[in-house]
This record gives sequence, structure tokens and C-alpha cells, in this order.
Amino acid sequence: MSAVSTSPVIERGTPASRISAIAVVVIIVLLADAPQFLSAGAVDRMTALFIYVILAAMWNALAGFGGLVSVGQQVFFGLGAYFAIRLADAGLNPFASLFVSAIIVGAISWPMSLFMLRLRNGEFAIGMWVIAALTHLLVNLDRLVQGETGTSLISLNVYDAGARRATIYWLALAAMTALLAILFGLLRGSTGAAIRAIRDNEDAAASVGVRVTGTKRLLFVLAAFGIGIAGALWLATSITFQPKTYFNVQWTAYMIFMVLVGGIGTFEGAILGALLFFLIETWFGGTGVWYLIGLGATAVLFSLFLPRGLWGTLEERFGLRLLPVGYRVRLPANATDSDTVPTSQQATAHREKA
Amino acid sequence: MSNQIVQGILLGGYYALIACGLSFMFSVMRIINLAHGSLAVFSAYALWWLASRFHISPFVGLLIVLPLMAAIGWALQRFLLERSARGGALLPILTTFGLAIVIDNALFEQFGADTRSLAPYIGSLSYDSWEWPGSIYVGKLAVIMFAAAVTLLGGLQLFLTRTRLGRSIRATSEDPDTAGLVGVDARRANALAAAIAMVTVGLAGAFLGMRATFDPYTGAPQLLFAFEAAVIGGAGSLWGTLLGGIVLALAQTLGAQVHPQGFLIGGHVAFLIVLFIRLSTSGLGLRGLLRLPARKTT
Repeated sequence: MSAVSTSPVIERGTPASRISAIAVVVIIVLLADAPQFLSAGAVDRMTALFIYVILAAMWNALAGFGGLVSVGQQVFFGLGAYFAIRLADAGLNPFASLFVSAIIVGAISWPMSLFMLRLRNGEFAIGMWVIAALTHLLVNLDRLVQGETGTSLISLNVYDAGARRATIYWLALAAMTALLAILFGLLRGSTGAAIRAIRDNEDAAASVGVRVTGTKRLLFVLAAFGIGIAGALWLATSITFQPKTYFNVQWTAYMIFMVLVGGIGTFEGAILGALLFFLIETWFGGTGVWYLIGLGATAVLFSLFLPRGLWGTLEERFGLRLLPVGYRVRLPANATDSDTVPTSQQATAHREKA
Repeated sequence: MSNQIVQGILLGGYYALIACGLSFMFSVMRIINLAHGSLAVFSAYALWWLASRFHISPFVGLLIVLPLMAAIGWALQRFLLERSARGGALLPILTTFGLAIVIDNALFEQFGADTRSLAPYIGSLSYDSWEWPGSIYVGKLAVIMFAAAVTLLGGLQLFLTRTRLGRSIRATSEDPDTAGLVGVDARRANALAAAIAMVTVGLAGAFLGMRATFDPYTGAPQLLFAFEAAVIGGAGSLWGTLLGGIVLALAQTLGAQVHPQGFLIGGHVAFLIVLFIRLSTSGLGLRGLLRLPARKTT
């Protein structure tokens, strides 16, 4: 054996991940063409799916990678819709207002983060919920919203229904792709290493010079921005804005369900969770209360018995990695000291994960 | 104005009642139970069911519901929290949040969307009042509620400092491993603490039902009130909880004066202001002042 093969190899991808990279491009191209072939109802459902993927990925960025569990992310969902209404009312093009609104939400989340990120764990979780409740009450005071009666994104009505549906579909697809790409780039770059160090041990990360607060703030603002877009897009698909619907804690419940089932702290897991949630909603959404009880119970069971979620468990068992954001150390299998390398260490190396 | 202040202080008694279980569980197990409010509403429904179905007065019904809540607390700790706490500090938040969703929607499934109240089952107590000097009218129920809060907090305080079980709970909350070395069964102490916390939740639920109406989704606001009162008072401090409850209630009263929809806004804003002061003085502000010395000295 040559000397080269005895040293460990740092891998940033696997054959499977190279295939999946091509598959991702193919899927996005297919999805972009889809509205030509799908019925109006199916296009709307697909738009909802894209919004779910955004919500799951953003909540996962915050909780899974930043270690910040928030129960108040509906605040950004509601604000995204609210500012879109406000901007459209002020005369801005309704489609443009969806994205300007998200930028405003991101900008607001910055000063909020200065304050909220000093809270720990459960305090942060419920503290965000208080912020959401307060914001809901304040939005209700706006004369334009008319309290719980709500209002509508009327200016969208000038567009033909078919063109409007397709445009919102493409905007949602583009937003989802862009946000996932930003998150992927962030996690794969040097910030990603900092993020994972913080997630695993905050104090240790700080002691080796990782900028803990700055990194968390980045994730907080990104999540606020992404969820703001999701809220604005949801408004565009449903037209009506009722504060009670948008500032409802159920949005965060959905995010938690998707991420917990898919796999908290794994990039692919959030997407898988959103897909599963979408299917469950399609099949069982009509059963009303029992559907919600089922969601809650599933979340409890996963947190107790499968806290790594479906993808996290698969990844651990099979070393599977489709969209790798981390580094993996592979020890050469036929190295001279291969007999002395305990299998557990191999497994540890594999778990050096996304 | 003095009338409203008195009413606000008495309402603070209710917030202290609902907050003390949350604060107690946090100080012992370092867990914030997000199903806290939903469990209080569950208790209110249990009392309502006993009263409407079997004509059992809510006060007598407590004899059935409080032991049930203790059993629920014990089971909650043993089967859910203990397991999820092993997965880190974040997992219990998700577990208890999932549990809250299950409880809320199960109550909805069972009892429907109608708002209920225990007021019709407690006779004239729901509207009787005493006249205090200065023509201040205080509801008998509000006074009973406040007295119950003071009694409960005092009782808990005595229990924690004077009894063997109480000391074992405090020892576990300080350092479970060392407590184990000197023969304290940490699992038992935690389960017991959860049971006690749920008894206070059951009592808070009873007063919630008597003083107001409730529906299956009333749990979330109760959780927020409890959390706000506990944080304003300094998390983990029993008497601080009472002060926190009073501050919260007074802020809500003030908010309602400023704007017709300002009741809840006032409370939330007061909470954020206190939090801001506390954080900007890095924990040495109100929290340090209100912190119960007993946990450090004895």
C-alpha cells in the first residue's frame, strides 16, 4: 500500500451526493415546467408544498443548526403577510410587495435578535411566543386590517386568475430554491463549521474563537426573512388576511412537526418532513381535530423515541448523504493499521455529520 | 382608580397561582412545561364535567380532580419528561408543545367549541362582593383566590424548607448527582415535584373556570400569563411569583385604561420591559433583587 492511502481522506461528497446534485437540477427544471401540465388545484397545492418546505427549512436552520427552539415563528409569517398588504395598499406592485415585505421582516428581526438571543432555551421559546402574541394584538390595531375581520390583497385581482396562479407558483418555487441554496451555501461554507460547533457545544465553540452570537443572529435573521416570504406567499395564494389565521401558533406547530419527523439538524430532513407533512395533510387534513391530535401525538412520539427524525436515523444507519453540508473523515479500509481501528471509531467518523 | 388597583392586585393572585407550578417545575427540573396552560384548562373541564353531569360542586370536585392532577404530574415526569430531558435541554420543549396540541384538540373533540364556565355551579360566590372603605367593591371570589395563592405559596415554602421530602426536592434541584450520593432518590424527588406542580395547576384551573369562561384553546394564553408572571418575579422564586403576578395584572389594568384593546398589550409590554431591564443589567436587576434567598442559604 502506498503512503497516501494510509492517511485519512476528508470527503465533502459521496457518489450518491453527486448523483443527487444532478437530480436536484432536473427536479427544479421539471417543477418549473409543471404548471403547463397540472390542473389549477394541483398548482395551488404544489405552491403550498413549496411554502411548507420553506417553513421547515427555516425553522430547522434556527433550531437544528442554531440550537434556538422558537414557538413564536408565526410572528414573521404574520408580519410577512401584513407588510405585503400594507405595501400593496400604498400602491406598490403586489408581487413586488411580497418580497419587499420579507426584507422588512428580516430588517425588523435584527434589532429583535439583539434582545431575544440573550434568552436561553425555554425562555427563548416562550419569549418568542409572547412577541408573536403582542405583534398580533398590535397589527389588530391597524385601521386597514379592521381587527379580526381582516382585509384582502385586492390589487392582485387585476391579474387574470390563471396567470396569477402560475406566477405565484413560480415565485414560490424560486423563493424555495433560493432560500435552500442560501442555507446550503451557508452550511457548507466556513459559517457552517461555526454553526455546527455552536450546535454541539456553545461554550466550547466560543472558547476556540467562534463568534457565537453573530452566527446565531445570522440564522435568526435568515429564518425571519424566509418565514416572512412564506407568509407573504401564503397571502398571495389565499388573498384574504385575517390576523388570527396568520399569527396562529399552528404554523409553528407545523414547522416543529415537519422538522421533528424529517430529522432535526439535517439539511435533507426538513425537506423530507415537509413532503411527509404535505402528504399527511392531503390525506388526513379533512378529518379535522383528529388530524391535529395525530400531528401532536406524532411529534411527542418522535421527540421521545426517534429524536433524530427519519432522515437523521437513515443517515446514521447507512451513512447516506444526498446533499452533504459537512465534512466526513474516511479512514482507509485497507491501511496497515486497519485491524486496530475499532469499528466504533469508524462509526464515529461516519457520524461526523452534516 | 384605587378601585382598579385593588382589583388588579387581586387578579395578580390568579396569575401567581397559575405561575407557581411553572416556576416550581423550572426551578427543580429546569424544564419549562409548554403544556402547562392546557393542563390547567383540562382541570377546569374536569370540574365542569363533574358539576354538570353529577351536580358535584367544584369545591368538592377538587377532592377528585387534584389527586388526578397529581397522578398526571407523576406520570408526565416518569414517562415523558424524564425521557426527553435525557436528549438535551431543547427536546422537552418540543415534547411538551406536542402534548399541549394533543390536550387542546382532545378537549375540543370531547367538549366542542362552546365556552364554559364554573360560575353557574358556585352559587352566589361568583358575583358576591364586600364593600371596603372608600366605596371599593371587591368580589368574594377574587379575595378567596388571592388568599389561596398566598396560602399555596406559603405552604410550598414551608414544605420545601421544613420537611424531609421538600429538602430532598431542593437538593435534587441544586445538584441531582450529589443528592444521589447522600441517598436522595432523584427520580422520585422529580416525580414528586411534578405531582405537586400539577396540583397547583389543577387549583389554578379551578379558579380560571370560576372567574372567567374557558374553551379548549384557552390553554395557550394561560401559559403565556404564567410564564410572564414567573419571569417578572424572577424564575424559580416563589414569593417573586406573587409579585410578578401582581405586576402583570396591574400592567394589564393600566393597558385597559389607555386603550380599549390594551389589556393584553399592557401585560406583554410590561413583561418585555422587565425582561429588558433584567437583561441589560445582566441578571443583577430585578431578578437578583427578587430571588428567594432560601435556595442559596439553607
